[in-house]
Amino acid sequence: MPNDAPSAATGSIRAAILEQFEQVAKQQRKTLKPLTDDLPLLDSGLDSLCIAVIVAVLDDQLGVDPFSGDMDAPFPKTIGQFISIYENAAA
Amino acid sequence: MPPPDRPSLWQLIAGAGLPEPRFIADSEQRIHWLDVARATTLNAPLDSFLGKCVLLRTAHQLPTILAAVELDGIASRLILCPPDFPAAHLPAIIADAAVDFLVHDETIPTTDNTTTTARCGLPLTPITHRPAPTQNTEWILFTSGTTGRPKMVIHTLPGLTGPLDDGLAVTKDAVWSTFYDIRRYGGLQILLRACLGGGSMVLSDTRESLAAFLTRAGAAGVTHISGTPSHWRRALMSDANAMSPAYVRLSGEVADQAILNNLKQAYPHAAVAHAFASTEAGVAFDVRDGMAGFPAAYIDDPNAKIAMRVQDGSLRIRSSRTALRYIGEHTAPVMDSEGYVDTGDLVERRDGRYYFVGRREGIINVGGQKVHPEEVEAVVNLHPAVLMSRVRGRPSPITGAIVAADIVLNQASVASNVQHEILETCRTHLPAFKVPALLTIVEKLDVGAAGKLLRRA
Repeated sequence: MPNDAPSAATGSIRAAILEQFEQVAKQQRKTLKPLTDDLPLLDSGLDSLCIAVIVAVLDDQLGVDPFSGDMDAPFPKTIGQFISIYENAAA
Repeated sequence: MPPPDRPSLWQLIAGAGLPEPRFIADSEQRIHWLDVARATTLNAPLDSFLGKCVLLRTAHQLPTILAAVELDGIASRLILCPPDFPAAHLPAIIADAAVDFLVHDETIPTTDNTTTTARCGLPLTPITHRPAPTQNTEWILFTSGTTGRPKMVIHTLPGLTGPLDDGLAVTKDAVWSTFYDIRRYGGLQILLRACLGGGSMVLSDTRESLAAFLTRAGAAGVTHISGTPSHWRRALMSDANAMSPAYVRLSGEVADQAILNNLKQAYPHAAVAHAFASTEAGVAFDVRDGMAGFPAAYIDDPNAKIAMRVQDGSLRIRSSRTALRYIGEHTAPVMDSEGYVDTGDLVERRDGRYYFVGRREGIINVGGQKVHPEEVEAVVNLHPAVLMSRVRGRPSPITGAIVAADIVLNQASVASNVQHEILETCRTHLPAFKVPALLTIVEKLDVGAAGKLLRRA
């Protein structure tokens, strides 16, 4: 299996996360910037409350909350870091 | 009128020295205390405030601070209105507290025409004479997390500044800052530390982004800074964090081990402390060992200046820093007959430490803002399809907690679009942090023998 191809599992985690960004932005009436990996989380248009909701929904969907539990996980600064924390937690 | 038995806030600031570098700044202004010495921010003579009850309601913090510094010792009462204070409650507040003077900065319309008003703002106007302090001015703060009209509690300046004697060694060139608004207890603590300790103060400002605030704080050389765990989690998500503080303080929410570890990592040279305080109970203690919770030895210590005990599971505090009482009719006493304030915060003892486990009344703390489940349930229940609902806090590693609702629909309802409609109702009636973030349709909710909803699932 080549290393640069995302596995089916991590690909679906990414998709699930991006979908939640869209959903929660819509619910909370926030204007979301185009989601690229290097977009700073705090510039995405979402506030702390939105991120808290995304983390809770992903906990229910994926059964993973990488921010509770592992006490030394750094807080993500970009969308890409946010996604990789989930991918690493699920791996 | 008996003469004051304590120095005024201005006397305390001046007593700490007024060298040129001492300043207080928001995103638009930097004021030197030296410039305040012979000037006023008010457009009415200071003498006209003698013995008056003054309500300070300004859009931004700086005008309120400057007015309060001038009026302590002159006015009988200073009421600090928080920024989000609903105008609808003003007439009742003015009646309850017997407000004589409403001081504003012309940015928030006043709804009351019966009270004398004065304006405060910048630039400062020179004055030749500052009246001597004549009274022990009462400081009035609003409690957070009440339903309906916010409650006013009475503090004294010695009570508010009592915690400053906590052995936190601070040099005169300390630059303090806080994510809090200083019209909240947690923010006022930091402002008073800057005022009395001889340091400077960098205010947060709603006119700028978090990144801009962090950049400004870094550029101003902030050495001591406080905020809620939620404030700090957000700061740690920002790239703009160029501060190198010597002291980082958390309060207002439960500090978990993760945020303590993360802060230690982000600011390796800073002492990271988490404090327990509330508007009613004042500052009880701070914990400096980097661990969540607090040592069990703090409880029932007969030699402690701040007496603490655990009764019916909640933390109780007796000290000279607690509020004196609430203002208004039909208000409960702040403390019990022995002088203890019930914080309502439930604690649990594990391995020689106490940990906070929630609120007795089920109040949900979303990033330092308190939500009563009943208030949200009342709105959810407005929807005709809702038979009953239970609103609860769900732990969140980002904001401490978020609001979740379990809903029983009446039989005639089809679930398809109902969730969306209920949330729309909530968004119309409630601020964003109170709107349920998660909404679950359940078959039934348990009701106890007394006919009350069982809140603990």
